[in-house]
Amino acid sequence: MAVAATARQEEPRVVLSARGLSKSFGAFMAVRQVDLDVRHARVHALIGPNGAGKTTVFNLLTKFLQPTAGSITLLGTDITKTQPDRIARMGLVRSFQISAVFPHLTVLDNVRVALQRPNGLSTQFWLPVSSLDRLNARADELIESVGLKRERNALAADLSYGRKRVLEIATTLALDPKVLLLDEPMAGMGQEDIGTVSNIIREVAKTRAVLMVEHNLSVVADICHHVTVLQRGEILAEGDYATVSQDPRVRTAYMGTEEA
Amino acid sequence: MSEMTQTAAKPRIERSATAARTYAIFLIIGLAALIIAPMFFYPIFLMKLLCFALFACAFNLLLGYTGLLSFGHATFFGGAAYFTAHVVKEWGFTPELGILTGVVGAAFLGLVMGFFAIRRQGIYFAMITLALSQMFFFFCLQAKFTQGEDGIQSVPRGHLFGFIDLLSSTNMYYFVLAVFLIGMVIIWRFINSPFGMILRSIRENEPRAISLGYSVARYKLGAFVMSAALAGLAGGLKALVFQFATLTDVAWQMSGEVILMTLLGGIGTLIGPIFGAGLVVTLQNYLATSDFPVTIITGVVFMVCVLVFRRGIIGEFYASRLGRKLGFEHRR
Repeated sequence: MAVAATARQEEPRVVLSARGLSKSFGAFMAVRQVDLDVRHARVHALIGPNGAGKTTVFNLLTKFLQPTAGSITLLGTDITKTQPDRIARMGLVRSFQISAVFPHLTVLDNVRVALQRPNGLSTQFWLPVSSLDRLNARADELIESVGLKRERNALAADLSYGRKRVLEIATTLALDPKVLLLDEPMAGMGQEDIGTVSNIIREVAKTRAVLMVEHNLSVVADICHHVTVLQRGEILAEGDYATVSQDPRVRTAYMGTEEA
Repeated sequence: MSEMTQTAAKPRIERSATAARTYAIFLIIGLAALIIAPMFFYPIFLMKLLCFALFACAFNLLLGYTGLLSFGHATFFGGAAYFTAHVVKEWGFTPELGILTGVVGAAFLGLVMGFFAIRRQGIYFAMITLALSQMFFFFCLQAKFTQGEDGIQSVPRGHLFGFIDLLSSTNMYYFVLAVFLIGMVIIWRFINSPFGMILRSIRENEPRAISLGYSVARYKLGAFVMSAALAGLAGGLKALVFQFATLTDVAWQMSGEVILMTLLGGIGTLIGPIFGAGLVVTLQNYLATSDFPVTIITGVVFMVCVLVFRRGIIGEFYASRLGRKLGFEHRR
């Protein structure tokens, strides 16, 4: 709670914001009038029951879906009509609900693929693969920082689910993003991996903004500064975890008995 | 868990070392066989085989390593054959310049076709490439320089670099072999390059590649143009070997044939299409003199392949016990 209290006094700048974000699929409004402010050096959680539209919001923010209405601003630039790969280059990088690794590449190669573009080594079709070896130092650094050193040369497909998610975070960090969008980073993880990932997120959020969808409320309570609750595509409540979890509407809609 | 992956990781590296050794041995045997082959086989047949092998490998660059099924590759093969034949016959270009013209022309056609098709996926991609290649077919049928139904006949082979007479079939064979090997080296380098790495990652997980900031369409277009250019290399070469360029090479059946060769040999294996092309060309040559219709045989072969050995000749070999023992790995 101390974190939230100081945060209120001097809020860091907003890096990603959405205004009146809406998305309809035919007659079905998946997301309705969502306003969101993601701040630098803060972990922002997006929670809500299944089907509340959390992943749709993610897809809208990263432009994998085009919003029906509303606007999105990233670092002061309007990105409402920008292509998803361009957004990634601007510094907004996402993860996926289903683990997003390149299964038949090794852990090292997975991280190197992420490093290739920022280092201008992605279009050379005349150079040997060994030219990528100069990315190894940075790649190993990232691999070590998430604790995958022992699996460096294993195929990503052979990793456990939790380790795959960790690898995904490492590849995401390789881009040195300014805003990180994590879609259920802890889903399906064992307790040990949850601890590791919580620490990683806390660490990376010191210098970047993190927006994450998460079901595990003890994780949300533990590492998130700000919580937005979605229900049926609309914002139900917003604030720090203590405020939100005491909100009677939220308790009936989502938390129920779990955290009373 | 981590112990398990650790122990699993070690043999992987050893395996790839064994594979490298096996590759080297096979490469030497293969090269030796290609060098002495004209002593045992009819050179024109061998040259035809090499042209189609290169064509199939170029096609596989797109299907096997990028995951795009083009149904319009005859455009690049046949188009380049026309370009080469025309500039060599009418404008008096030397053979090497003629082939270069074919390659550049095919690359340009690839750029145009790719531009329209690349954002589509699966069947839509195949259909757009087919439609555009049909348009090109009719262009070739109507255009003056292709001489319509007759095709461009009696194209001179000329002198390579001005002093090697290519009318000698021995000279021509080694020229074709050299071009074929250059093409193979280009393909090998292309798929084992930083660019090839990105192509692999796109094939493995396209949304993730986008979220890492890659403009996926551009990389695919790059692969498409490269594949078209190499198909053009094969087509230009073929025009010089047979000394003519006709509508057969731009017809849709040719696009189908190259798919067949690639499937038979093994999609996504570097050398598979060579064997696939070898099998198809041999069958065609062998059956051409008999009364039995070729298309029925190739149809049956194709069905057997799809039903029984889906990975193709080389793919099945890699996946077999012997293949694994030799250190090969079939990724797919």
